[in-house]
Amino acid sequence: MNHLLEVNNLEINFKTYGGEVKAVRDVSFHVDKGEVVAIVGESGSGKSVTVQSIMGLIPTPPGVIKGGSIKFQGKELLRASKREMRKVKGSKIGMIFQDPMTSLNPTMIVGKQIAEGLITHQKLSKQEAKKKAIEMIKQVGIPNPEERYNQFPHEFSGGMRQRVMIAIALACNPELLIADEPTTALDVTIQAQVLELMKKLQKDTQTAIILITHDLGVVAETAQRVMVMYGGIMVESATVFDLFENPKHPYTWGLLNSIPNLEGTEKKQLIPIEGSPPDLFSPPKGCPFAPRCKYAMDICLEEMPGDYQIDESHSARCWLNDSRAPKVEMPFTLEKEKTVTVGGESID
Amino acid sequence: MYIVKRFMTMILTIWVIASLTFFIMNMIPGDPFASDADVLPKEVVENMRAKYNLDEPVPVQYVLYLKNLVMLDLGPSIKSESRTVNDIIASGFPASATLGIQAIIVALFFGLLLGIVAALNHNKLLDNAAMIFAIIGISVPSFILSPLLINIFAVKFGILPVASWGTWQHSVLPTLALATTPLAVVARYMRSSMLEVMNQNYIKTADAKGLSTFKIVLSHGVRNAILPVVSFIGPLFVSLITGTFVIEKIFAVPGIGKYFVDSIFNRDYPVIMGTTVFFSTILVVTLFLIDISYRFIDPRIKLTSKGD
Ligand SMILES: Nc1ncnc2c1ncn2[C@@H]1O[C@H](COP(=O)(O)OP(=O)(O)OP(=O)(O)O)[C@@H](O)[C@H]1O
Ligand SMILES: [Mg+2]
Repeated sequence: MNHLLEVNNLEINFKTYGGEVKAVRDVSFHVDKGEVVAIVGESGSGKSVTVQSIMGLIPTPPGVIKGGSIKFQGKELLRASKREMRKVKGSKIGMIFQDPMTSLNPTMIVGKQIAEGLITHQKLSKQEAKKKAIEMIKQVGIPNPEERYNQFPHEFSGGMRQRVMIAIALACNPELLIADEPTTALDVTIQAQVLELMKKLQKDTQTAIILITHDLGVVAETAQRVMVMYGGIMVESATVFDLFENPKHPYTWGLLNSIPNLEGTEKKQLIPIEGSPPDLFSPPKGCPFAPRCKYAMDICLEEMPGDYQIDESHSARCWLNDSRAPKVEMPFTLEKEKTVTVGGESID
Repeated sequence: MYIVKRFMTMILTIWVIASLTFFIMNMIPGDPFASDADVLPKEVVENMRAKYNLDEPVPVQYVLYLKNLVMLDLGPSIKSESRTVNDIIASGFPASATLGIQAIIVALFFGLLLGIVAALNHNKLLDNAAMIFAIIGISVPSFILSPLLINIFAVKFGILPVASWGTWQHSVLPTLALATTPLAVVARYMRSSMLEVMNQNYIKTADAKGLSTFKIVLSHGVRNAILPVVSFIGPLFVSLITGTFVIEKIFAVPGIGKYFVDSIFNRDYPVIMGTTVFFSTILVVTLFLIDISYRFIDPRIKLTSKGD
């Protein structure tokens, strides 16, 4: 079966003064048509770098794409020319960034910022592009679209700006939308609205989405599959159901365990995962999570675990899944009524 | 309204500068006739002082000075009796202004271009070459650069005339000499501003839209990078159009720089005060215009805003 997007063995480094940062190591995943795939993981785990490489947005230097392949609709993007990439960017793949306050050009009216892509990709005239842009503004739920077309970003609130970003990303009906923490910078109530909007638009347009988030609640609500990243590697990949019901990586357990219970009467403390993220300059030769892992065995510190296939759509990079390893179960059970809401950085 | 308020501030500023100039000139010991007093009879000197109101008490002088200023009359020159300060400015300013305007156009156009090109080739050969050029441009003084230009273009190749004023060909070399330093300064400013802007998130957004590099650089990069550069165009503009003594001297440009320097040596009070007030007025008016235009260039600044 042909996937819409297929990433294989992606390796990305950054050359810095302190040495080479191994930001993404041997990452493979795929996204199918119309599917919502979430990527979770703590700060610095390489989520943004992974998705930005799809769009060719990694600045080189300092970035170096060491290897791997990114196939979109069967076409290799890592070896595409700038010109070919421009035909994909904004047209077949749209992207929403984390910080709506700085992602729009402050000196250009927002209408034009939406219309630009339409003029470039769909060869619309200025008038047609304007009409379509106003329609997009309306579609993302911003009142008075005609008036709003002529306004500058500073006249919009954060939530409204993120809606504009969504309008920009979706203007050309892309096959794939990459949303890198689209709601992290927003108020909780606004977060819900923006997510609601994305879900609705996803339903209408059947656009596939890669959604990066810190919020497992959002994952549960919106995604079909989820990938967990840690220290530049993809530690677990599963359907959302499997990830919550049958997680196979101790880091995932930690993530799930750190979900606060907001509704419970007794105040349950948010349980952080102990230890600090791995040093990406000289990552340990074994599993990057091993130094923080309660279940680490000798082999974990010595050798990087392979990607154990649990079943057809579930894999985990952890030695515990080896047949020779002792059987270890998740040390707690998820209460069904638990509200799966994790605010931003709190997972770390 | 903002513009009116800003305008009033401008008038006030000019008044303060005019007053300061007046009182500072009065505080300097000695007067224009100090050297004459040794040779001329006392009565003659007294008469001369009376002609320029120097015998009046300072407050009266001040009021007379302000009154004339409002009438745009900067008074008579002391050394060249037949000419008023207005005459001097009228005869020297056009050449200085022509030269200055040409220089600022050259400096802005090539400075911005150089800065942009350097930023887009960050840390590459072109960037390094541009910045070496800029450092030379900033550090080589005009009294070295000017003879150098004359030597190359007029003496060696004989393609441009020197040492007179009249046709546009005559203005080429002094324009280049005058433009070099500001050009280098603009280039450096623009480069760092551009580097900063090109790292902004909205450039990534523009890139993610699949726009051409040209479009990203021009409508998203330059448009924003130019804003901080605009803020020092004002002082730059004034320093260029008010003439530079050295360059005007070397290229025999009949500009205002010479009169200004002469007036200081001659203690020609009215000329010093007149030209100072004239220059500062130009500066203040230019800053006013730039401030107003800034509000059109940068939509985040509102013309109706209170304060600042
Ligand atoms: N331009 C760059 N130069 C140097 N290092 C970089 C650069 N961009 C990213 N990195 C490094 O790559 C690693 C992964 O960063 P990335 O932005 O992908 O993390 P993330 O998972 O998106 O985190 P967050 O949740 O905070 O957004 C980090 O260690 C970061 O320091
Ligand atoms: Mg990120």
